[in-house]
Amino acid sequence: MALPSHIAAPPTASPAARAPVYALVGNPNCGKSTLFNALTGLKQKVGNYPGVTVEKKVGTTYSQHGQPITVIDLPGTYSLAARSPDEAVTRDVLLGRRSDTAQPDRVLCIVDAANLERNLYLVHQILDLGRPVIVVLNMMDLAVQAGLNIRVARLEKELGIPVIACEAVNGKGLVELRLAMSRPDLPLARHAWGVPAPIAPAVSEIAASLVENDLKLPLIARAEALLLLTDQDSVRVSGSVPLSARTTEILQSWQKRWAAEGTDWAGILVNSRYEAIGNLATEVVLRAGTVGPTASDKIDAVVTHPVWGWLVLGVVMTLLFVSIFTLAQAPMDWIGTHTALLADWVKGHMPAGDLRDLITDGAIGGVGSIVTFLPQIMILFFFIGLLESTGYMARAAFIMDRLMSRVGLNGKSFIPLLSSYACAIPGIMATRTIEDAKDRLVTILVAPLMSCSARLPVYLLMIAALLPNDRVSLVAKVGIMLLMYTLGTAGAFGFAWLFKRTLLKGAPPLMIMELPPYRLPGVRDVLLQMLERAGIFLRRAGTVILGISIVLWFLAAYPKAPAGATPTQQLAQSFAGRAGHALEPVIKPLGFDWQIGIGLISSFAAREVFVSTMGVVFNAESSEENTAPLRDALKAARWPDGRVLFTPLVCLSLMIFYVFAMQCMSTIAVVRRETNSWRWPLFQTLYMTGTAWILTFIVYQTGRALGF
Amino acid sequence: MASTPIKLSELAVGASATVLQYPQQDATFLRLREMGLLVGTRVTLVRTAPLGDPLELKVRGYHLTLRKGDAAHILVEPAP
Repeated sequence: MALPSHIAAPPTASPAARAPVYALVGNPNCGKSTLFNALTGLKQKVGNYPGVTVEKKVGTTYSQHGQPITVIDLPGTYSLAARSPDEAVTRDVLLGRRSDTAQPDRVLCIVDAANLERNLYLVHQILDLGRPVIVVLNMMDLAVQAGLNIRVARLEKELGIPVIACEAVNGKGLVELRLAMSRPDLPLARHAWGVPAPIAPAVSEIAASLVENDLKLPLIARAEALLLLTDQDSVRVSGSVPLSARTTEILQSWQKRWAAEGTDWAGILVNSRYEAIGNLATEVVLRAGTVGPTASDKIDAVVTHPVWGWLVLGVVMTLLFVSIFTLAQAPMDWIGTHTALLADWVKGHMPAGDLRDLITDGAIGGVGSIVTFLPQIMILFFFIGLLESTGYMARAAFIMDRLMSRVGLNGKSFIPLLSSYACAIPGIMATRTIEDAKDRLVTILVAPLMSCSARLPVYLLMIAALLPNDRVSLVAKVGIMLLMYTLGTAGAFGFAWLFKRTLLKGAPPLMIMELPPYRLPGVRDVLLQMLERAGIFLRRAGTVILGISIVLWFLAAYPKAPAGATPTQQLAQSFAGRAGHALEPVIKPLGFDWQIGIGLISSFAAREVFVSTMGVVFNAESSEENTAPLRDALKAARWPDGRVLFTPLVCLSLMIFYVFAMQCMSTIAVVRRETNSWRWPLFQTLYMTGTAWILTFIVYQTGRALGF
Repeated sequence: MASTPIKLSELAVGASATVLQYPQQDATFLRLREMGLLVGTRVTLVRTAPLGDPLELKVRGYHLTLRKGDAAHILVEPAP
């Protein structure tokens, strides 16, 4: 809410009754999250800005006197001229344009000391805002290593605001920072920056219009006018207050005039800021001669080497997958047995009846089947965080960019897609590092085509049924498995290519990516982020999962069969059984009967549930370790006319269906959250399942025609 | 003794150059300039990715990547 300028007081004079709210801003890779975690610890609240899929992080820190201070961690950016929704949120919060977040009183600007000039560009823009600013010079140790001597006192004097030297990783400088943050009387910057002559009249005119027509404070109006001139396509995001028609008109008329004159107005502004920064830097930074190649340079000589680079990438990825599958096994088993124990305990303490079954079989069983995947998901989050915080993620993107560009994506899609081999959920949540909205959406849309670990039990069962003879060579089994993974991967890249050409085409934006120096991982930051993401997944997907689990249970439990019926008979005449019958005309051309139909429906809980459902449908006791009884039961299954149900062709068809079909409610819930609408998860479900049906139809019918 | 201008994408690995010119009034490259690669700034081509693209550049003491196709729009003057 903007107040008329004569009512609102300047920020420095605001009454001390309320502790000031700080915004934390900085370039990417300058240690901003580490500082935020160091300041606020576990006192953080993570949510979303309404209307956009940008994370909102708010934490509480304490002043020297124990007074709570609110800190808003804004998305990292190199400039306030936004190029992505994340950056637009940073800009809009700082300008007080968002109706859901009040303009912060003060700004904490974190700067990479080893990289001062580029970082000062953002500081320079922020000083325009007319709010008290504290500059945090982070990574002083790295600056020293790079042969830079930064005269902190001089910088402080030149800017006229507190500058705190700091090493957030090991907590150095935090006490001084807290002290500065607690000051009631932070000075405003001595910021005599003259707007270059050709632009100055436009800035005054737009600023005047902003005060008059958009009810902005004069101090902010100048900053906003400057930003409007460098905004490339004025990324507008939901939740930000639009510009008045009059101001837009003035802005556009100036831009038209400059364009006709050949004046590069945005370039002039950038140059002029860098000129001011250059003058500052010569005063403040002393270079202690040239230093040889840094440790980072030496590592990169291997990690991005034409030969060794691939080897390192291969080893890192192999290590990642091996550890996911080995480390996750024990906790997964633990969760499995304990959900079963919990269900048994409830069974023992409640009278038999529908309510008890609802809780044990519906809620506990259904949620348990998803929670089993939680260890895997968390380990994946941990590794993704590790790759990000060490700096390797950017190298992997650098190496893979050429290949990914073949299908119209960029290197940043590589890790999310790769992670999806384990589980699409962390993969989809990791797409937040992709700035380009279209690239990000395409990556989300195709990620579930990568065969995830929940498909593995289905593939294994089908391969067992397909090649029942134990003497069949292992090579054939592995070959079929590889074929399925290849099919899914090819599908993902094929559809990415298709979507980038049709649905989401458009000139690709400039792909600029920083390769930050390698760092030792901040384990605490990585763990915090892992817990935070797992929490988001559980909260967001949890309700959907619980709801659908109960619906699936209801479908299988009702209507009740007469007393004494076996579970097989019960399922056969339940709603699920009837749904299977209803589905049969649709899936019969694929070689599937209504019993397989039940399995397809139950797979929405998690694809691996197909295996246990088949166990109930065909009345076969089996476990993960020993699928032989189920395999034999499947072999014995017949159509009513006596034909074999699970012919090798049907097994193969079923596997192909599982490669492509969207059958995972958790993924749907996460895509809903990440795209902020039901439109894309719905589209995704339809295109994936449609493709699955068509391909399975072709394979099955061709196979039939060839006499299989 | 100015050498002939070339495209940034044509710079040899290990060589340095000074930026001469960006495409006229093209907002595409604004972010690159905001990150400090201005006309007159010195840039070094550190290496190319294993598949030849993108490029790894060193600007003002930090490293960034740029695709060859994009770099071809930027004119530079190779340093002697």
